[in-house]
Amino acid sequence: MSLRRRPRQAWLGWGAAVGVPLVFLAVFFAWPVVALVVQGFFADDGAGGRTLDLSGFAEVLGQPRTWRVVGQTLAQASVGTVLSVLLGIPGAYLLYRCRFPGRTLLRGLVTVPFVLPTVVVGVAFRHLFTPSGPLGWLGWEESFAGVVVALVFFNYSVVVRTVGGLWERLDPRAEQAARALGATPWRAFRTVTLPALGPAIASAASVVFLFCSTAFGVVLVLGGMRYGTIETEIWIRTTQFLDLRAAAVLSVLQLVVVVAALLVSGRLRARRERALQLTGERSGAHPLDLRSVRDVLPAVATAVVVCGLVAFPLAGLVLRSFRGPDGAWSLANYVALGTTGGRNALTVTVWEATANSLRIAALATLIAVVVGGLVVLVVSRRPRSHGLRRAVGGLDAVFMLPLGVSAVTVGFGFLLTLDRPLGLDVDLRTSGLLVPIAQAVVAIPLVVRTMLPVLRAIDPRLRETAAVLGAPPGRVLASVDLALAARSLGLAVGFAFAVSLGEFGATSFLARPDAATLPVVIYRLVGQPGAENYGMALAASVVLALLTATVMMVAERMRGDGGGGEF
Amino acid sequence: MAVSQERGAGLAVRDVVVRYGQRRGHAGTTAVDGVSLDVAAGEVLALLGPSGCGKSSLLRAVAGLEPVAAGSVAFDGADLAGVPVHRRGFGLLFQEGQLFPHRDVAGNVAYGLADRPRAERAERVSELLALVGLTGFGGRPVAELSGGEKQRVALARALAPRPRLLLLDEPLSALDRGLRERLAVEIRAVLHATGTTAVFVTHDHDEAFTVADRVAVMSAGRLAQVAAPEALWRAPATREVAEFLGYQTFLPHADGLLAVGPAGLRVVDGGSGGASGGASVGGEVRHGVVVATTFRRGRTEVTVDADLGAGEERLVALTDGSVPAADDKVGLVLDPRGCAVVPG
Repeated sequence: MSLRRRPRQAWLGWGAAVGVPLVFLAVFFAWPVVALVVQGFFADDGAGGRTLDLSGFAEVLGQPRTWRVVGQTLAQASVGTVLSVLLGIPGAYLLYRCRFPGRTLLRGLVTVPFVLPTVVVGVAFRHLFTPSGPLGWLGWEESFAGVVVALVFFNYSVVVRTVGGLWERLDPRAEQAARALGATPWRAFRTVTLPALGPAIASAASVVFLFCSTAFGVVLVLGGMRYGTIETEIWIRTTQFLDLRAAAVLSVLQLVVVVAALLVSGRLRARRERALQLTGERSGAHPLDLRSVRDVLPAVATAVVVCGLVAFPLAGLVLRSFRGPDGAWSLANYVALGTTGGRNALTVTVWEATANSLRIAALATLIAVVVGGLVVLVVSRRPRSHGLRRAVGGLDAVFMLPLGVSAVTVGFGFLLTLDRPLGLDVDLRTSGLLVPIAQAVVAIPLVVRTMLPVLRAIDPRLRETAAVLGAPPGRVLASVDLALAARSLGLAVGFAFAVSLGEFGATSFLARPDAATLPVVIYRLVGQPGAENYGMALAASVVLALLTATVMMVAERMRGDGGGGEF
Repeated sequence: MAVSQERGAGLAVRDVVVRYGQRRGHAGTTAVDGVSLDVAAGEVLALLGPSGCGKSSLLRAVAGLEPVAAGSVAFDGADLAGVPVHRRGFGLLFQEGQLFPHRDVAGNVAYGLADRPRAERAERVSELLALVGLTGFGGRPVAELSGGEKQRVALARALAPRPRLLLLDEPLSALDRGLRERLAVEIRAVLHATGTTAVFVTHDHDEAFTVADRVAVMSAGRLAQVAAPEALWRAPATREVAEFLGYQTFLPHADGLLAVGPAGLRVVDGGSGGASGGASVGGEVRHGVVVATTFRRGRTEVTVDADLGAGEERLVALTDGSVPAADDKVGLVLDPRGCAVVPG
């Protein structure tokens, strides 16, 4: 009978939607990471085989330097997280619970740091803290405090957006009920609002902890040789000392830290999603009242953070980039972007590197959106069978892993495995595809996290209505899922592109000198002697920041009020 | 007769079972437990029952949105097992309308007409909008519509492809009372004007009686009674059905139980002994103590504590005469027009 469905076709389609991302993840993520771990646990036995050998662990773990780095990583991440949360909560209140002119602009400004390339942030703060810089008197150059401040700069917006997103939807009537029962504003906040925000705060904190403990570019630029994280240590051991084994051991150590943080984060997020169901529409915002203490304090705190922590370093970077080597105003640094730097510091000009960056980011975005889009499509389904539902949940978790595993680990793993992937006779390392693929691996979790909440929020009855009206599954997908997710797709494309543009950890391992990207070039310029190269680094940072900000602004505009995304 | 009664035109549901949460080693819960039901062509049937009785599950099974664990669903004699939702040619209307937020009113109504030529589509859309009283609304974004307008658009959208069967799942429950009553009348008019066969799920018996030609009462996954509104009200098949319809108490009676309806008890002036509305059953005047009086929908309802023969209960009686005060002792008589006999 012609009316019957053709189940085989449907299964093939869904099989491909599951299979393509899984194969991609297995080849370009799991395998390199596993190979790296194996490198740490096994040693060549001299006869072409490998034996289990934990002496590498003993050796690396026996070095005081290792424990210093682990201690610094945890300390930086903890202090950075606590400060981000403490500053972020008043920010969330002001930007999501109060209404005032310019709020949208301020929200945008607060988001800028999160999408700025790490190298740019490193350069901006480094400029502040150099002895001749505006904050040189603090003595924070290559210091713990300097790194922490930069980490807070990055992660402030994560707390503001995560906590604010929930706060905005929190039903204000619970707090009003507490006030009517005689609670002071502070008591109502402490006993009603704060507990409701708890899961969001905890979830934001664990994400921030994760970002802080795997921070790479910013630490590398700001910490110098004295302060580092496990992440920078892996990079230094590989590229400077060529000690692959120690690097592998450190990668394993970092995996342990990251998996622990991810487990906590996953738990808290599940709680948060449950909590979100209890909340209503966005109705809780009130006009900002500068005569009441409970509005003034957050307003002042946010003003200090936005001016001091966000605007000041960026303005300093931009202003300094317009000063020539002699300190006078000039465009010399920008003119020099067409050269390969003083004493030929670079193999390519900065403009060539910019073109490389754009081309690579476009390719990486394409890969990330296709693979991430398939993942979202599968994971947003709610299959009827219990087993399938669990499998879908598992898939969701698996694709969050790249968010936690450091980009440096991924890049390093690529070096180990992809000379002849799957026994094929193509060396991906020289094909020019490796960098985009590595960047895509980093961007996929962001694509998934941006689009998934939007697709999950679609009432299943909307799809049922479309089906009842005669739409076959393909048309339901196109006219309901895709149409409603279109805006978040735009945002996901923007995110993926911005992340790829700024990606430094994996790229620094994989980019060949003649195909260097903008962040790689900036890092190289910062490390070279000479005022001319330093000036070029500043100008190149401004260019990179502008590119990223433009991409994000276009993407944010597409988001409109359709909402969605966790970042 | 050309068509047999068993496999005639219209919807035929036979012994349908719907289960949820079934997995290995776990039977799950049974939402619909062996229901058989026929809806003739052009007939509007209401599925009435308290929430959780399985009426929506049955509707979804007919639509093909829930798998049928046992039994069969057939339309015009053709078994629908294995026919996917989008090839059944049915229409479905949900409680909140479920309009597509990214399409305007016309875009919503035209959704099910994708395979028609453009001109025919436009004509059909304006025809439907006129039918539901929304002429000229085609270009509006759906976010700007009121709740009632949304449901009208949803109705127009569901009717546009001329469905063989329209399924309505509590379409009016999210609306306020006045609008609900008005729209119920409108829906009935539209369904009859278009000759649409329909199943209307609701938990509100007034709504069911307004819209439907026949009412099927469901309880705990089973069908308790199927009858025309009038017949259902006159002769509830069981005490359970009567309770759900609003019968407030059940008194011993020669043929079973005497169910006293919401208008089955009247207050008589304590002294005169004469009923203020019609003859009383056995003429017997009973006594009760007034708890409170309320004025609802133009009638005075008196809440009384009284023992009519089934123990002391709190009941509601109507009065046409004077309004008694709380704690007054009043006389009560049964009004046979508001009572029914159900099997014991």
